[in-house]
Amino acid sequence: MANQYFSPVRDPLILGNKTYAQITDDIAKHAETRPTGKFLLAFTFTSLIALMGVLSILYTIWKGIGVWGENKTVGWAWDITNFVWWVGIGHAGTLISAILLLFRQRWRTGVNRAAEAMTIFAVICAGIFPVIHMGRVWDAFFIFPYPNSRAGEGLPGLRSLWTNFNSPLLWDVFAISTYFTVSLLFWYTGLLPDLATIRDRTKGLQNKIYSALCFGWKGTAKQWQRFESISLILAGLSTPLVLSVHSVVSFDFATSVIPGWHTTIFPPYFVAGAIFSGFAMVLTLMLVAREVMDLKQYITLNHIESMNKVILLTGSIVGVAYLTELFMSWYSGNIYEQWCFNRNRIADPYIFGPLMGVEPAPYWWAYWSMMSCNVISPQIFWSKSMRRNITVTFIMSIFINIGMWFERFVIIVTSTHRDYIPSSWLYYTPTWVEAAIFIGTIGIFMTLFLLFSKYFPVVAIAEVKSILKSSGDQYLAKQAQEDQTERDLQGGGSFAPAFQRDKE
Amino acid sequence: MTYRYLLGLFDDEVPTLQAVKKLRERGYKIHDVLSPFPIHGLDPALGIKETRLHTMGFIFGATGLSFGLLAMSYITSFDWPNNFGGKPNFPLPAFIPITFEMTVLFTAVGMVIVYYLRNKLSIFRNPEILEPRTTDDRFAIVFDLQKYGSDADGIADVLRNLGAVEVKVREMHEKQPSHDEQSA
Repeated sequence: MANQYFSPVRDPLILGNKTYAQITDDIAKHAETRPTGKFLLAFTFTSLIALMGVLSILYTIWKGIGVWGENKTVGWAWDITNFVWWVGIGHAGTLISAILLLFRQRWRTGVNRAAEAMTIFAVICAGIFPVIHMGRVWDAFFIFPYPNSRAGEGLPGLRSLWTNFNSPLLWDVFAISTYFTVSLLFWYTGLLPDLATIRDRTKGLQNKIYSALCFGWKGTAKQWQRFESISLILAGLSTPLVLSVHSVVSFDFATSVIPGWHTTIFPPYFVAGAIFSGFAMVLTLMLVAREVMDLKQYITLNHIESMNKVILLTGSIVGVAYLTELFMSWYSGNIYEQWCFNRNRIADPYIFGPLMGVEPAPYWWAYWSMMSCNVISPQIFWSKSMRRNITVTFIMSIFINIGMWFERFVIIVTSTHRDYIPSSWLYYTPTWVEAAIFIGTIGIFMTLFLLFSKYFPVVAIAEVKSILKSSGDQYLAKQAQEDQTERDLQGGGSFAPAFQRDKE
Repeated sequence: MTYRYLLGLFDDEVPTLQAVKKLRERGYKIHDVLSPFPIHGLDPALGIKETRLHTMGFIFGATGLSFGLLAMSYITSFDWPNNFGGKPNFPLPAFIPITFEMTVLFTAVGMVIVYYLRNKLSIFRNPEILEPRTTDDRFAIVFDLQKYGSDADGIADVLRNLGAVEVKVREMHEKQPSHDEQSA
């Protein structure tokens, strides 16, 4: 980016006077060395949790969905809650890679690789839930339309039994599988140059493995030209894709006629919520990774602050969406909508219940957990010192993950557990199997992420190098000094560049 | 057969780009440039034609869009028309999400396949590397000594004058295609 103008007031994104070789060393060394004791310990721990999840899934398939706590009224519960939660978490990856690439945000280079990997793993975890919720998992392939012999004469193309293209559940199948495929291609295509870097530094078996993994990347002028072209186009494709995926997920609810689900604000509200929870998860992972893997000079406080700003924005959008829902339910004049939102969700036993003169809502605790985690607590990020505080950020990222899980739980369970006939009202409680599967997917996610961060470059080496000249602290300092000299020569006043404020 | 290449190694992208421009002004034919990350402004300086990948993307996208729409229309209107609550058998608005997804899927998969084919990237490919440090911190301007063999020393001097930190000759068993042989 030598010929690009860059502003000297920008904060540096790469600290520690790095050279190109040091960047390679710092990031590639993790893949080249043997796993440490700490890594093996963490890996054992997460894979045991993953194993518990897998066993619980097998148990569900063996015994049937009856081992879950779902009942006649609440036919969707934790499984779809977890599905939507995981898909949402995946969204930050694409957002950081694609939208921030299109917006030319340089801070994305420090975190995009990990976020993209997170997307892949989160979508894998998400995909598990609708499949096992089907019950007959062995028939799951039938969600894909293909000429089949399941009806009529059975010849391909003649009287095949097809899927229902009018159903948002089928749109989901297309949206999620397309999303997964495109994210995987985007992620792996971006990885090739960095894998080639590791190939050229290793010997023996490692070299053979990375030679295969990097697909013979050379870094010629033509390859880089095509690389930039495809990155930009895949980013351009992923941007509407990521917005469409969560809109489609929200259609599962929005196109229904159940009070609490039948909400036209769902598409944008789900997208904002997905970005919100995704950024929270990126922060959770990156805050750990930068400590453990010594990446503080690549994932700086400026990166964290930028992500916290996104969290503040999307958290507030989500808050506006919650209030809009409440307003619309009241304004609609529909008694079922009013009842669902105002009594069944927010009437807590201590304040709002007595004020409204109604008995408490059974899931008031879920609604208020959602409100406090997602809307009230992120407002702390209006303060700059809080945005740049690691501990606060970490706690907030966990809060938001929990809050966003509750958001999906509130939408799904509180809308269904009391339907139109009070005699069929049932309180839903999960069984240990559901809990074990959910915790198990967190184990699967963490295991995959650990393996990724050990054997693949967790920060995009080539991309970080490409912003070194414009965002490295030594170059910015030099630039600032030159600017000052020029200003002195012209008789201007002094000017302290912003980046000299807080170096970590 | 062995192929000989002369490499001028630079430690920064700015002198590399300037050297490329000056060498081209002086009429030298540069074989290729290797770098650890894309150098902005290199393509016009080196005289590389623009890639046609995006045109392929458009073609694949149009294919995906037509395929999705036509497949769904055929299935729901002709092959197996079903009555869902009295709704029409050609519900265009309900087709939009899947049509969109098919457009994106075809474009992305098609372009990535073309990208891998054109760049000759595959899991089974393990090419000879001209200079391993070009994926780390070196930028290499490559000359083909089949063409410039008699003038190797002269080019080496020019490269050094233009800021190359190291100049070396590499013998390769595989022919390294030049940037214009790698086509659009």
